[in-house]
Amino acid sequence: MSTDLTTGASPARVAFYNDPKVRSIIYQVVLCGIIAFLVFGATINAIDHLRSAHIASGFGFWDNAAGFDISQTLISYSSQASTYGRAFWVGLLNTLLVAGLGIVFATILGFTIGISRLSKNWLLAKFAASYVETIRNLPLLLQLLFWYNAVLKALPDLRNSVVIFGGTYLNNRGLFLPSPVFLYGFSVVVAALVVGVIGSIAFYTWARKRQERTGQQAPVFWVTLMLIIGLPLVVLALKGFPLSFDYPQAGRFNISGGLEVLPEFAALLFGLSIYTAAFIAEVVRAGILAVSRGQTEAAYSLGLKPGPTLRLIVVPQAMRVIVPPLTSQYLNLTKNSTLAVAIGYPDLVQVFTGTVLNQTGQAVEVVAITMLVYLTISLTTSFLMNIYNSRVALVER
Amino acid sequence: MKRIVTLLALGAIVFAQAASAQTLKTVKDRGTLNCGANGSLAGFGLPDAQGKWTGLDVDVCRAIAAALFNDASKVKFVPLSAKDRFTALQSGEVDVLVRNTTWTSSRDSSLGLSFTGVDYYDGQGFMVRKSLKVNSALELNGASVCVQQGTTTELNLADFFRAHNMQLKSVTFATANEAVKSYDTGRCDAYTTDASGLYAERLRLANSNDHIILPEIISKEPLGPVVRQGDDQWFTVVKWVLFAMLNAEELNITSKNIDEMMKSTNPDVKRFVGTEGNYGEQIGLTKDWAVRIIKLVGNYGESFETNVGQGSPLKIDRGLNKLWNKGGIQYAPPIR
Repeated sequence: MSTDLTTGASPARVAFYNDPKVRSIIYQVVLCGIIAFLVFGATINAIDHLRSAHIASGFGFWDNAAGFDISQTLISYSSQASTYGRAFWVGLLNTLLVAGLGIVFATILGFTIGISRLSKNWLLAKFAASYVETIRNLPLLLQLLFWYNAVLKALPDLRNSVVIFGGTYLNNRGLFLPSPVFLYGFSVVVAALVVGVIGSIAFYTWARKRQERTGQQAPVFWVTLMLIIGLPLVVLALKGFPLSFDYPQAGRFNISGGLEVLPEFAALLFGLSIYTAAFIAEVVRAGILAVSRGQTEAAYSLGLKPGPTLRLIVVPQAMRVIVPPLTSQYLNLTKNSTLAVAIGYPDLVQVFTGTVLNQTGQAVEVVAITMLVYLTISLTTSFLMNIYNSRVALVER
Repeated sequence: MKRIVTLLALGAIVFAQAASAQTLKTVKDRGTLNCGANGSLAGFGLPDAQGKWTGLDVDVCRAIAAALFNDASKVKFVPLSAKDRFTALQSGEVDVLVRNTTWTSSRDSSLGLSFTGVDYYDGQGFMVRKSLKVNSALELNGASVCVQQGTTTELNLADFFRAHNMQLKSVTFATANEAVKSYDTGRCDAYTTDASGLYAERLRLANSNDHIILPEIISKEPLGPVVRQGDDQWFTVVKWVLFAMLNAEELNITSKNIDEMMKSTNPDVKRFVGTEGNYGEQIGLTKDWAVRIIKLVGNYGESFETNVGQGSPLKIDRGLNKLWNKGGIQYAPPIR
């Protein structure tokens, strides 16, 4: 006999202002309102005070002539014709360049050190451990100053430049490489490169499918190498080498022409990569240790050597644990690149928040823009990493 | 409930209007003058090994304190870099900024600050190694130059090279220390800043005699004290303290003979020392304001000689900074 559960008295109706749900909504709305009011009030307050103190405000400074020079510019920039806005983009590109390359090098180095620390080779493991312990515990600013001064002191001065292959100069002003000048007809080589890339992707997909079906492996690595490097080279030769080089020329004071790599850039890149690699090494080690021992034993019992085991079994599973902290380390590296101001590398903070702020005097606008830019860079990085993360995440059945 | 009331009270404080400009009263009540200074420029603003600050700019601040408190030591010096010097003054952290700052129209207008006078007429120059065998700044085509960021120096450098169609490679650093250090290691061919700064920094290099200062002066750099806009009384006080030091030199009043000068019958001297008229009180200070300055700090000539002139390691010639009647352009309006 079933009890009729619906005939029980329904819960007593309370007044809507006593309902916990309604209460919590009201509290949250009021809190948001207060915060918005405070932020709005503070902004109005700041604008008012700036105006009464006759301090210029607004974003008109963006189109004013810059008047100063920047030592490394990835886009065209001149002290006379360029504006503060242009200087902002130059600084931003410099930051992105050092952050991007730093992330790549730090990842490679970090993974190597992290895996080395788990190696059976005693010397390798101890070396990796001491690397991590030393680098992690020294302040980054000290390390940057060390690299900058060490790099500069070790290099010869201009008169005694190290000349490599007759076209490359190395001295304490930088590394001067011959820069390629693309002549007419080079676009065919670029097209060949694109064809090579597409071809190798197609080959890789076909090889995977065939391996899943029949178990036969194909030499993907060599074919890819041939397509991406060999094919464009062949086309280059066939077209008669439509490529010339702009060689650096030694002048009275400096070397002009060619591609210039500043010592400030090199020092910042080394310092950031080595520092962040120590942290990434620990993250990688944690990830690998998180994979259960049974996986390795099963792989060995199937006859896999330790190398392929690590590459095909352990690391793909470890990536689940590695990727979230790895994202943090990437964001740290990007933000740590602002220490460039200490060694004279013209990154965004040095150019924009340093020089432009001082020349215009508009601290509020400039700092707000800089914070917004770093926030955007960080959010984009973590967004992309989260896409990758969701792909390697464990799918629960 | 209590927490909400506290929050609302804090919010009310946020919106409270800033106190209207009464810097003179604030400084007098506080009992010390907060002075923004350089902290690392010999001859202008530098603490010595015992922590005592010396320099031409430092003496201007001490003179203001002497006029206010009859005690030249009632000053708190805040070392400021080129980047944060204006923000410190705008925000009220310091009452006056005497930090070898160049007087320009944009700084006089868009920063909410005002320059009260010129305590040193300077100009920008270059320093190079003797071994480069360069005798003129016009031979620096293609050279790399170390410079401090955020200064008029940076702008003038770019202008000069552009005007003479020369290639420039500038390397900018956040502080003058780093710029000089990099110049010393050979990272750049030349170092540029105001000529007075060049003499000061040359002393700090590994081998002072290996460097020469090129003869070209490529810009006007009138250095002077700065105060916030909107406070006319404080502006007048700071302006006239410097003028008092200049007038004293013109009247041959020094810290050594100030006591005899108190008894002088010369009408200009009588007005200066306060035995005639009440010019000090009109400014907002005391009757013997000028006497305090000269007795405790000295006149402009004494300050110049001790800090940057022949009595100092810099040995800079007075040049433009001589008085107007001795061939220079230092000119103070009369006290009357």
